[in-house]
Order: sequence, then C-alpha cells, then structure tokens
Amino acid sequence: MSSKLAASALASRPMPVAGHGRSRRLPEVLQYVVLPLAVLLLWQVASEIGFVRRNILPPPSEVVLVWYDLITGSTDAAARYSGTWLGHAWASTWRVFVGFAWGASLGIIAGLLIGLSRVVERMLDPTLQVLRNIPVTAWVPLSLVFFGIGNAPAIFLIGLGAFFPAAINATHGVRQINITLYKAARMMGANERELLRRVILPGALPSILTGVRLSMGIAWVLVVVAEILAVRRGLGYLLNDAYLFYRNDIVIAAMLSIGLLGFASDRLVVLLRSALLTWNEKETFGGEH
Amino acid sequence: MGSISVRAVSKRFETGDVDVTALEAVDLQVRDQEFVTLVGASGCGKSTLLNLVAGFETPSSGEVLVDGAPVRGPGPDRGVVFQQTALFPWLTVEENIAFGLSLRANRGKGEVKPIVERLLERTGLAAFRTRRPAELSGGMRQRAAIASVLAIDPSTLLMDEPFGALDALTRSIMQDFLLELWEARRKTVVLVTHDIDEAIYLADRTIIMTAHPGRICEAIEVDLPRPRRYEMRSSAAFIRLRDHVTQIVRAEALKGTAPLGAPASPALVPSMTQSAQN
Repeated sequence: MSSKLAASALASRPMPVAGHGRSRRLPEVLQYVVLPLAVLLLWQVASEIGFVRRNILPPPSEVVLVWYDLITGSTDAAARYSGTWLGHAWASTWRVFVGFAWGASLGIIAGLLIGLSRVVERMLDPTLQVLRNIPVTAWVPLSLVFFGIGNAPAIFLIGLGAFFPAAINATHGVRQINITLYKAARMMGANERELLRRVILPGALPSILTGVRLSMGIAWVLVVVAEILAVRRGLGYLLNDAYLFYRNDIVIAAMLSIGLLGFASDRLVVLLRSALLTWNEKETFGGEH
Repeated sequence: MGSISVRAVSKRFETGDVDVTALEAVDLQVRDQEFVTLVGASGCGKSTLLNLVAGFETPSSGEVLVDGAPVRGPGPDRGVVFQQTALFPWLTVEENIAFGLSLRANRGKGEVKPIVERLLERTGLAAFRTRRPAELSGGMRQRAAIASVLAIDPSTLLMDEPFGALDALTRSIMQDFLLELWEARRKTVVLVTHDIDEAIYLADRTIIMTAHPGRICEAIEVDLPRPRRYEMRSSAAFIRLRDHVTQIVRAEALKGTAPLGAPASPALVPSMTQSAQN
C-alpha cells in the first residue's frame, strides 16, 4: 500500500544530495570538523611562519591560552582581563534574553493582530514598515539620549531589533494558514476563541518560531553594538576595550565567545521548535530547521 | 431533519466594474435523507450554490432555508467536506476526528472516545490513528476528513468535489465507501461534482446546472436500485442516464468555448448589460 511506502520513506529521513555516498567518502564526524580544523591550521601556520604579525593576528594557540585565563583567571595571560569572562558573558546573555523577551513577545502579539485584523493592519502596518527600514543602529544616539548610559539603552535596542522579525513572521504565519482549515473549523461550530487557540495559533506557529529564531540572531548582533557604546561590562565591551589596548588575542577570544553563545541560543530556539513542532518537519527536504 | 429549500436565489459577485452573476433565480428542494448531486461544467455556480447552503456565502436575493429556518452562517448541522481536505496538519488522524466534538458548540453530542473509535473502525483508519495527515495517501486523507465531519453528526452533508483530487481508481473506491456510510446512516447529502458517472452513480437525483449565469437546467431522478453496485455502471439504464446528462453538459461547455474569431458567448452578455443598468 502506498501509505506504507510513505511511512518507510519518512523513517529514513531524506539526506541532502551531497551526503548520498557517505560511506565511500569522509566519515560523518570528519565532515563536520574538516573546515574548522583547516582554518585553524592555516591560521596557526600563517602566524608561525611570520606571514602575519603575532600582535595583529595572534595564532589560535595563544588565543586558547588567553581565553583559558580569561575564564579561569589562573595564568594571568589575559592580564587585567584575567578571570572576567563569566561576568562579561553573563552580562551579555542577560541583556540578550531580556531584550529578546520583550521585543519578540511584543512583536509576536503585534504581528498576530496585524494578521488577524484589517483594521489593526491599516493602523499599524504602514508605521511599522517605515520603522522597520530604519537600521536599529541608527537608533543608538536617540536611545542614549533617552535612556542614558547603562542597561536600559542596550535592552531597548536589542528589543527593537528583535521586534520586527517576530512581528513580520507572525503576520505571515497567520496569513498563510489554509483558508479551508478556517472554514472547516467554523463549519464545525468553533467560536472566536477556539478559532484563535486551536486553528490560528498552531497554524501560525512554524512561522512564529522562524521569526523568533531570526530575532535571537539579531539580538546577539545588537548586544555588541550596545555594549560598545553604552556599558562597561559585557562581551561587546570587553571586545572594544581590549581593542583599545591592542590586545587582539582577547578581541578574538571575545568574538569567538559571542559566536559560541549566539550559537548556543540558536540551538535553544531550534530545540524549542522541534519540541513544539513535531508535525512540520515531515514535509521539508532537510527534515530540520 | 435536514431538508433544504433554496428559493429564487441569485448570487452576484462584484469583480471590478463587471458583476458576475454566479447564480440566477435558482430554486431547489432537497428532501430529508435525499442524496442529490449537482453536476455541470466549470463556472455553472454549483460550488457557489453549495457555499450558500453551507453559509459561507449569502445570497444576493432570495433565501436559503434549512429545516425551514434561514441559513445564517456555517454551522455543525451542515457538515462540509471540501475538495482540499480540511485536516489540521498538526493533529493526528484521531485528534482530527475528535476536533469537532471537542468544540463548545458540540458538547453533549456524546462521549468523544467511542465516537472516534467507531469512525476509525468504519473508515479503516484504526491502524493509522496516530499518523499525521501528511503521512497519509490522498484517499485515506479524504476518509479521515469525512470521518471528522461525521463525528459531529450533521443532519446534512455538503460535499464540494470531495474526490476531485483523487486518481480514478481511488475515486471509485471512495464512492462506494461514501455510499456504504450513507446506507448505514442516511443523511441529506448534496454533492458537487464535474464527474458525470459519479453524479449519477451516487444520487437519488442529479441536478444539471448550466453556466453564465448559473441556472438549474434539469433535474433527473436516478431510479437505479439501491444499494448501488459498481456493475450497475454498465447497465443500460445507467448508460442511458449518463448519455443524457453528458449531452446537456457538453452542449453547455461548448457554448462557453466559442470558436476562434467568433464573438464572446452570448450567454455572457445579459449579466454585463444588467450591471450596466445597475
């Protein structure tokens, strides 16, 4: 029966085309690490042979040592920054999550309302479309004037950046719901609340979560911008401060820290997504994301 | 419970400057537990007529009564089966079937579990209860959709080309499946189709509609014995009915496709002059 065929095809998740003959090529683990290893190796060699000056681009081995001291404070390789990593990392992560939380949740609510009501759309959408096209970095001067120096402008900027992708994708999520589902639910007697809770929200959820993921990404971009300008703690501040003291090894360690924390946050959102959406993946080529 | 009365109903759609008259002066009575099929070329307004009874559209003039009361919007007394299967992709088969019963409007229609169980059994989907719609074949999906509508036990079943998206073999199996359900528990059924064989095979009465504007052209009593069997399709009586319906539908369809260089179908003209007068 065709249904059995479909089921077995689903059980063995389709692999991207390039992975087809993986038994004859690189083992899977190697496929993941080959690029980072190559980059690190090239970087180390370039530094060792003097292709680039060590104080401009310190080799990965030095970055690792400095990073280690930055976190533990045990070797003093990071000098005045020794052992400060956790404080900076926590400050940045906290700002990202607070800013993201208000920005994304307001964005989702606004986006849903725009998608659900033509009146709200006419009232909100033009304004949002204009505001959306102002780069969030252009808000920096005003946000400093309004909120002064400290956490407030950082959280404002991050929230503002997180708001738009969340809003746009929530609107899209509502709009792309199959009208037949809506009609079917109404035909069965669903009231407004049931329509919202049982048809519109679950139907829009995949798109909402896509927006949430984009918001999280933007939040990590903006936390660096905000910390360079407005605060004295956080990975962005560390990065900028170390730059001013010609400590490029610490700059690189801070950059990689931001990258890793951003990556971890993204995984968190993806995890949330796969916990909430067990149905959506079955129809995609990749089977995840 | 489940009689339908369509009285002098017209339906015009405004599209830019031109009004399109989808239905004009349509009268139709459907008795309780009668199986009626609407057949006609595309554009004859058969889906519009169904949507008016379902309550998704309101007539421009005239009235639609169900059990003597005018239709005000869709409701669980009139179950609709759509061509594009209306299953929630995030729910499993059994959750989809239970959906209607879990709504406030259908409280008190009975214990959810046994009803779902019975429908899973009767639709042959028991083994697939935890599957999601995307994991089902087209025929199974449509069976699940029919089950989800039957769960709320509507007195009337309105079906808009329910098997139109299925391959010919699956379609004929689904027709027998539908008849079997209907024989076991009779409901008023109005089924829209462009498949003439299907229209005759299923129906107590086949209504032929013509386009521009949509009108009822002829109503044909199908006096084939019940329960219907697949073999009846090659009986002389069936073939006679089919030829008769085909002739009318074909003649209408050809009118719509005027030969190259000829003026547009004259049938189009009245509705346009009418809108000019408005």
